[in-house]
This record gives sequence, structure tokens and C-alpha cells, in this order.
Amino acid sequence: MIPAPFEYVAPKTLDEALRLVDRHGDEAKIIAGGHSLLPLIKLRLAQPRYVIDIGRLHGMSYIREEGGQIAIGALTTHADVERSPLLRSKCPLLCETAASIGDVQVRNRGTIGGSLAHADPAADYPAAVLALDAGIVAASTSGTRTIAVTEFFVDMLTTALRPGEILSQIRVAPLTERTGTAYEKMHQPASGFAIVGAAARLKLGPGGKIEEAAVGITGLGPNAYRASGVESALLGKKASEKLFSEAANFASQGIDPLSDLHASAEYRREMAAVYVGRALGRAYARAQGKP
Amino acid sequence: MPAATRYLGKAMKRKEDPRLIQGLAHYVDDLVLPHLQYAAILRSPYAHAKIRSIDVSKAQAAPGVSLVLTGADLRDRIGMVPCAAQIPDMKSAPRPVLALDRVRFAGEGVAVVVATSRYAARDAVDLIEVDYDPLTPVVDPEKAIQKGSPVLYDDHKDNIAYRWELEGGDVKAAFKNADKVVKQRLLNQRLIPVAMETRGVVAEYKPGERQLTVWSSTQIPHLLRTQIAAMLDLPEYSVRVITPEVGGGFGSKLNVYAEEALTGYLAMRLGVPVKWIESRRENFQTTIHGRDQIDDIEVAIKKDGTILGLRVRAIADLGAYYQLLTPLIPTLTGLMASGCYKIPAIRVELTGVLTNKMSTDAYRGAGRPEATYLVERALDLVAAELKKDPVEVRRKNFPKLAEFPYATPTGVIYDSANYPRSLDLALKLSGYAKLRREQAKARKQGRVMGVGISTYVEICAMGPSSAMPAGGWESATVRIEPSGMVNLMTGASPHGQGQETSFAQLGAEILGIEPGDVNVIHGDTAIVPYGIGTFGSRGTAVGGTAAYMALMKLRTKLATLAGFLMEEDPSKLVFDKMKIFSKAHPKKSIGFGEVVAAAYTAKTLPPGMEPGMDATSFFEPSNFTFPFGAHVCVVEIDKETGDVRLLKYIAVDDCGNVLNPLLVDGQVHGGIVQSFGQAMLEEAVYDEQGQLITGELTDYAIPRAADLPWLETDRTVTPSPVNPMGVKGVGEAGTIGATPALANAVADALAPFGVRHVDMPFKRERIWKLMQKGTRRAK
Amino acid sequence: MSAEIQVRVNGKSYQSQVEPRLLLVHYLRDVLGLTGTHVGCETSICGACTVLLDGRAVKSCTVLAVQASGSEITTIEGVSALPPVNGSGLHPVQEGFWEKHGLQCGFCTPGMILSSIELLRDNPSPSRPEIRQAISGNLCRCTGYQHIVMAVEYAAKKMKSKKR
Repeated sequence: MIPAPFEYVAPKTLDEALRLVDRHGDEAKIIAGGHSLLPLIKLRLAQPRYVIDIGRLHGMSYIREEGGQIAIGALTTHADVERSPLLRSKCPLLCETAASIGDVQVRNRGTIGGSLAHADPAADYPAAVLALDAGIVAASTSGTRTIAVTEFFVDMLTTALRPGEILSQIRVAPLTERTGTAYEKMHQPASGFAIVGAAARLKLGPGGKIEEAAVGITGLGPNAYRASGVESALLGKKASEKLFSEAANFASQGIDPLSDLHASAEYRREMAAVYVGRALGRAYARAQGKP
Repeated sequence: MPAATRYLGKAMKRKEDPRLIQGLAHYVDDLVLPHLQYAAILRSPYAHAKIRSIDVSKAQAAPGVSLVLTGADLRDRIGMVPCAAQIPDMKSAPRPVLALDRVRFAGEGVAVVVATSRYAARDAVDLIEVDYDPLTPVVDPEKAIQKGSPVLYDDHKDNIAYRWELEGGDVKAAFKNADKVVKQRLLNQRLIPVAMETRGVVAEYKPGERQLTVWSSTQIPHLLRTQIAAMLDLPEYSVRVITPEVGGGFGSKLNVYAEEALTGYLAMRLGVPVKWIESRRENFQTTIHGRDQIDDIEVAIKKDGTILGLRVRAIADLGAYYQLLTPLIPTLTGLMASGCYKIPAIRVELTGVLTNKMSTDAYRGAGRPEATYLVERALDLVAAELKKDPVEVRRKNFPKLAEFPYATPTGVIYDSANYPRSLDLALKLSGYAKLRREQAKARKQGRVMGVGISTYVEICAMGPSSAMPAGGWESATVRIEPSGMVNLMTGASPHGQGQETSFAQLGAEILGIEPGDVNVIHGDTAIVPYGIGTFGSRGTAVGGTAAYMALMKLRTKLATLAGFLMEEDPSKLVFDKMKIFSKAHPKKSIGFGEVVAAAYTAKTLPPGMEPGMDATSFFEPSNFTFPFGAHVCVVEIDKETGDVRLLKYIAVDDCGNVLNPLLVDGQVHGGIVQSFGQAMLEEAVYDEQGQLITGELTDYAIPRAADLPWLETDRTVTPSPVNPMGVKGVGEAGTIGATPALANAVADALAPFGVRHVDMPFKRERIWKLMQKGTRRAK
Repeated sequence: MSAEIQVRVNGKSYQSQVEPRLLLVHYLRDVLGLTGTHVGCETSICGACTVLLDGRAVKSCTVLAVQASGSEITTIEGVSALPPVNGSGLHPVQEGFWEKHGLQCGFCTPGMILSSIELLRDNPSPSRPEIRQAISGNLCRCTGYQHIVMAVEYAAKKMKSKKR
């Protein structure tokens, strides 16, 4: 419950923050909402020498349209994502995913940037941003770069962010015609994290054929991933419940699922198929304009 | 209880609440004293190890640290943690306040730091260096009693704490005459009580007055005072225990803990007040656990469903040390093994086992949930075996109304009951017949739905002193002050149950005054007469009766005095609306305050009457009480995931007469939901190394609001003959009655998969696997 | 190392030097003496430490005091100053908990009340499932939640009638 001592710096600008991150390297941890880092610090599982608070940076909490895309500032809270009218109409998957995170208090404080940068293997957002083919914008003293989300989640608690980089923005494409998305999650009953979380995006073409399919899965392996086996089983086929359940069987292809107190590897594997199937079913219904 | 009442039996909102809803109440961590220092404890990371050496020098030198002590420093200064339970031929397993040369569970205290702030104390804990020599941990109670298992105590030859047997009726004949014998192994998993407030202690010593004051979040202030005095070798009058607001107990604070004496000692040694507040992790590791019993049952039955006999072989995992009642709890399972049925012959063989885990002890229900669980599962297994409706089998085996008080072969006497009445009401409220039709339809549709029933009886109002280690009575002092305001001091120690309200209702009813004029005081050994405490559903039935008796004494005295003043027959006087008057001449009355004032001014007292207006009573119950009830519930299981959803819950409870129905409903709801926790979610899991891997609320789930449907509750009223108010007690009813109803519903749901029994908790994966297996078998 | 923070708590301004590692809940309890906010766990689960931070319910055990600098905080002690009562007695949510026996030991109650206040501000007529969802970040071991749901329903009704 009681953190070990650390030094605290609260930069006022992103530039200042980046310089601090550069200077302190491994000895520093970045805090935004604090809902990934503080739990570790309180149990002394993390004992950083410096805590760099980027929570006070101006202009990093926003959801806006920018050049045909939707840009979400890293400091946007889960609650703001959940309630954003813009996202509701143009990217409801993020609203739905945000609403499934933790509880009201956690959503009021935790940020999308913090959650993605922390890359907890059971976090919810990773599945959704994978299904959305999001771009993750990383800032550093040498400028910004956009990381394709499929490259972003590298391993347990490890992302493609380089030392000295701060996740500054998430970019997603707005929903197109005849596209549906859904997030389906089995909650770990104590923590509320995902035992399995499946995010699906389906675009229907002429004759009900699946034109685009993207499925992101969290909770199963050390990091969230795109279920390419599921996607290729769907593409070009005519959508049906049967197709979904067959395709869903590829949910854990190539993955060695985690096994813990709450679910064995075998059960996680089976549930991945179930939840992917459900997410596909709901995404399909929505693509047809059903709720 | 009077037939027509003004306050009793009414849903009065609580007097406790204004302070609690405004953040004005004081729990132990809210207390601040001048020069207060903070204690933090270093705990063993090993479940079983020898301590080679401890180096505290760095911690001692850390900023703000005033004292660091280890077990060796305390060896002759603080006595062992007490155990009040005695079972014949029981091996000893005493716990030192801090480990001496060996640790026996992960989380056992090894050293203590006192510093000027919480943060400094916590920092210094990390600086203590301990050299451990790890030993093989003993985790599985069944392996623990096999030959060749490592042994926890060098002076024991094995890990068997005791063997205890109970037999009544002709068990051999029952099994010989049986048409069938139904057998099952039942696991009653280990649970963590999780009171929302962890434990905590503040202690202050005034050497001049030789007065040690200990504020502790406890259910038993007086017993704690006696034990702290003994552990610290102080005269009992030198110790005062105060319970501030207590944030839930559920039995976990019905104990005497190492830290209570330790904090007192630290305050004495340092000459400053010391505070120790348990972290949630510590609470999981080192506050008592509940249940953890393996029951092998055999039921001898006739084809028509008549039960002839029951045999239970139980293994109880006691943990590494005895806390206050550790060895006693599983024996209560034996006492209640008859359930609410006429089972002519019962044999219970119980083995208590020592393992490298935290001690088990009284957790809401304490031994009786295990009994009810095994009996109620047994009834359903019998029904399944005979392809009969579980309701029919229950009805067949209820004792007849004329048989009450009913003596069971286990040696207890059920005071009063009407089991068919509560069952009938529960069946009616649930629409039982319709539920069964819905279930048949659901099954045809491929849905997995189950209906569960439990008819339970519990042993409450603990209890006659002959059956209780420290006595089973309760005390009350009622003092009517000269102004007419009433202080009612109870030896019970409520911590959420609401007796500040219900006892005020009682006082107002008996004295004909307002509940607002009755102030209930509890939990301070310097003010309240010696009492036993709040546990075992005894607060109202035993503590309330003591209050009732003291109030009646004063009523008699007031009547005598009023009669004298009014020249009326005292036996014909009525107390109502702040007045005392004669039934015969209701217009001629005297004010309640006037009579009280006369008692204090003492100028016009009847000959022989002492001045003043107070009375003390100690109520010794002649028997326990036996509340009962019938619960019905409906579950549906997600075929693809194994997720169990509770759809409907109906509870009919009979706790005798009711002082305040609002409080009874609250107790019933809370109990059912705690039961739901055991059935669906909760399990304290130790790994093979003896590490508690459900060590935080992030891994040990307790029920949340969204997990539950609306609970429908109702009551029947069968007054108890054991006390003059006819009350029985309700604190544990839910946790005793509900678990088997839920378990029976889940087993019922899974019957089409060839499942007879599932062990709790009904986690998704466990259920899913059973359905998978059943489906494969069917193919 | 210490840092200076400025906060407004229940309408009163405070300026303090604190260690950066000091948790907001400890700041409120140990520095300001506002002990109505409780600590029930260390893993951001139980919700006993819930306060309103700039109007939003947060778990004050998972916020550093330095992070709260510059913010407006409402604890249980300040609830009766919130609309609709604005200092003239109990807040309808407090009243609901009292009327409907929404508490037993009372330890979770301050957090429950603050979560409920946030719910009713965003959703004046919540359904029972919505109430249950909204308080699922607050654990109660005594009541079984049913009377809490009734308390929030009571408050919702009361607040609507006050608005009219």
C-alpha cells in the first residue's frame, strides 16, 4: 500500500517531458492516470527512481477528426472514450471496449495511452486497436513516428516504443459503410481484466460476402494479437453463423495460451473461439444495421 | 413479547447511520493520539522454514525508526496467542506473537518495526535481513496425515491435531437395514472472510495510572481484555479495550490476535501510543480463514426415501496454529449433522489436521454451513438416486411438529420449528411447480437450467455456558439517568448488526418512552459490564435478552415507585408515551421523568426501596436456539462457457420474533450474498509451496452488485421458548441456508450431463469441463 | 524530497508540502484529518477510498497527492454541500442510505455514496441493472447490495422531485 520513495517531476510541455524521459532513461517511469503504474508502485513491484507525470501536459486529452481519421490524445480517459459522441458514431468499438474496462472509478482516471503503453496481457484496448488497424503515434526528441498497431505489442508488458519515446496519440479510421464492430469479453471475476477479450471488425461486400475482417484478441498470450487465421477463413466468404464458428476455431492458432489460477491454457483456447465467434456474430449484425 | 407494540417489530431506521453516512464515525485507523507512532510487520515469505538469523541493524538505523523487535526479543515478554478450545487428546500448536526459530505459514510475523510515520515504518521493514532455511511445506491435509509427511512440530509424531468422534443411534443397524447407501465426497473450500475494514490496533499506556488502553477492531472486547492482560502479565484492571466503529467481522474478529498484544507491548515499551493497521494483503495472509473441510458422507436409505442413518468422515484443515477457537469449529459440523431431518443414527469421525497455512476459525456460520451443506447435498443425492423430487424427500424426513423440542442423535435439542410451513411458503413464492415445467421446457431447447432447494436449521444464540469455552451468557446494564434519559450498556459488541437501534426499540417499548431517549453503549470494557461479545447469532437472542431482563427489573422498580406515588396497584400500571398510568384510571397518570426524578431525589421512596435507577442482568440461556428456513433458487448455465448465472432467489427464514424487520432483511440479504460468494466465486488457494496465490482482491473475487438478481425474502415466525422475547437470531442464516440451495441448483442443472455433484466454487472452467465430459460421454 | 501541492477539498483551500509518493487517500486522512474516506485494499478494487476529483469518482488510493494538486476534491464530509442540498442537510443519497438501510458496518458507505452521486448526476433515472453496474467498483460485504440499490432509487426519486 505504501510506495517506496521516488522523485517526481511534472513537465509542462511534451518537449520538456521528452527531454526528461531521455535524461532519466530506465530509472524513470511515466505516469498519466496512474492506473497501470500506481498499483505496481504501491505493492513495490515497481520502484522507479523518477516518476515523470505527463498527466499535466496540456492538449493531450482530445478526440477529434484529423485528415479523414480520428485522433485520440494519449491522456484521454476511458470514461471520455466511452462517452464520446464522435466515437459513438464513427468508432463505436472503442466506446464499447472502454465501457468494459475495470469500473467507473478506474475509467474516470485511467487513460488510453497509459493502458496501451503498459501493454498488460489482459488489458482490453489492445484487442480493439488491433481490430481497428490503429496507428500508434510515438513522440521523441527527434520528432514523431506512427507505429502500425500490428507491430506495437511485442511481448508481455513490452511494446515497440523505443527508449525516450512517449505514446502521444492513437489514430483510427472512421467506420465505413456496411461495417460492424464488436468487443466480447470474459471478465476475470476479481480484477475485471480480460481472461479472453475478442474485438472484431467486419465489412460486408455485395451479396453478404465479407470484404474485410479484422480480429484482435487479448488475454490469451503474453501480448494481444491479430487472429490472422480467423481473418483469412472469413475473407471473401458469405457471412453465416456457421462460418463464424468455423473461423473462430482459428482464434488461438499459433498461440501458446497463458495458464493461471483463473483459466487453464486449454480453457482459454476454447473460450477464445467462443468469444471470437460471439464478436463476429455481433459485428455482422451491426454491419447489417442491426443493434 | 407484548402482543400490540409501539416500537418492537417495527422497521425503524437506524440510529447508527447519521454518523456513518456523513463520514463522522471513527474506525480504529481514524484515531489519532499525540505522539502516535506506527508499527509495521515483516512477514515470512516462506510457508515453512527455519530462521537461522535476523539482522535488524539497517532497519534500526533507518530514518524515523524507534524500535525493531524480533520473536527472540519477545520470547519471555509476551505470552502465546491463546486458544480457548479444548478437545480431548488434542496436540498443542501454540503461536508465538512473532516467530521464534521457525515459521509455519507464509505471512507469519517475523519482526516488527515502530517508526514515526506509516511510510517510515514500511520502508524499514524492507531493510530487515532474514536468513531462512526452507523446509518442505505441508499443504494438502490428506497428504499431511500420511506416513512420511514432514511434520510441523518437532515434538509431534504426525500432523494430526486430534481425532473426534460423535455417535448417536444404532449406526450399524441403520446401514444393515438400508435398501441403498448413497456416498459422496464433498469439499468445503477454504474461504477468506474479507471484512471491508482490515484489522487494526491502537494502544496507549499511561504508566502513572498503570493503564493500557487498546482500541481494536474486534467482536469480543472483554474476552480480548482478559487475554491481553494474561499475555502481557498485567492485572486485568490495568487493561481497557475499546472497540471503535468496526468495519465488519464475520467471525474474523472473534479472536485474539498476535498484533493486539504486540501493539500493547510496543506502546508500553516505547511510552508512546502505537498504531498498527493491517494491509489487505496481510488480512488475506494472517487473519483467520474459514471452512476448509473434506467430508466423505454415506447415507443409509430406504427405497421410499426414508433416511435411516448418516456417516460422515471429515478432515478439517486447521492451518499451522490454533487461534482462539480453531479446533472447535469443525466439531459444530458434527453437532448439526442431522440438519432439519429425523435421522435416527449418525456417526461423525473428524480429524483435525495441521498444515502450513493460516489458521481456520469461525467464519460466518462456523461449522454449521459445512453441516448444512453436507446434509442438504445428501438429501438431493438421495432424491437423484431414487428419482424423486427433492421436495418430496425433504418432507418425508422432517420430524413431526409434535416431536418438538426434538432431540437429535448428535445430542442437541431443537427448540421449536415448523419446517413444512417455511418450505410451503418458499415453494409458493417461487412458483416451484411452474419452475419445474419451465426447466423441462428449457432442457428441450438445449438450455442448462437448474432449480435448487435448501431447507436448513442452524444452531444459534450461542449459547448455554456448558457448551461455550468462555461462558455463553450475556450481560446488560440499564441506567436511567436523573433526567429520564436511558443508557443501555450491552456486553454484546455489534459491528453493523444495528443493535444501537433494536435495543433502543426494546428499551422504549418496555419503558414507554421514545427510542431516541435510549442510548445504547457497547464495546468499552471500562464502561460496559463484562460481556461475551457478538458472534454466533447471539447479539439479540442472548444480549437482547439480558437487556430485556435489566429493563424489566427497572420497569418493576418504576412501577413500584409510581404506584406508591399515585396510590395505584403497581401490577396494573401501563407504560406508554412517556407516562405511567393505571389501566383502570387512564386519565390519572404520572410522567416517566417525574418517577425517575423521584428515584434520585429520594425524598418520597416507598419503605425499603433504594434510591437510583439502574439494573444489571446476566442472561444464561437454557439452550441454543434453532432458526430455520427454506430457500429456492434458479440458475442458468452458459453451455459454451460454463458461466453460472443466478436468475432467481427466494428465501423464507424463521428467526422467531423480530425486533426490527429492516435489520433482519439486511442480515438475510448479506448472508445470502456471502453464500453466493462461497458457491460461485471464492476460494483461498495455496500452491504447492504454501504460497497464498489468491493473496489480494485482484485474485480473490467477492460478490459485486452486478453479480446478483433481486432477492425475494419472506418470513415465518415460530417463537423460541428459550428466551422471553421468543427471538432466535439471524446473523448467519443466509450463509448457512443459501450455499446448499445454490449448490443443489447447479448440480440439478448439470444432471443431464450425468453430473451428480460438483464441488464449489462453481467457476466457469470447472462447470465447462463437466459439461464437455458429459457431452462426450453421451456421444 | 517534497513537493508543494494546492487543493480545494470540500470547498476549502489547502496548501501542503508532501512527499511525492504520498497517496491522495493518506493526504486526505492523515494530513487533512478527513477520515471519512477509508482504505479497504491496496489494489484499486474495493472502492472504499472513492472521492470526487474534479467532479469525477476516483479511487483515492490510486492517485498521488501531487497528481491532485490544482484539483477540487469532494469527500464524504463535503457531500452535504453538493447540489441539490447545498449545505442544508443530508444529501438525498445519504438520506436514501439511511431510509433504506443501505449500510450495516458502514465502512464501504462513503465510497458507495460518492459513486452513487456521480451516477445520479449523469443518469437521473437509472434502472436497477444500471445502479448495480455503477456501484460495481465498490465492494460491500454486509448488505448484499439490495438495500443499496433501493437507497439509490430513493435518492433518484427524491432528486427528481426536488428539481421540479
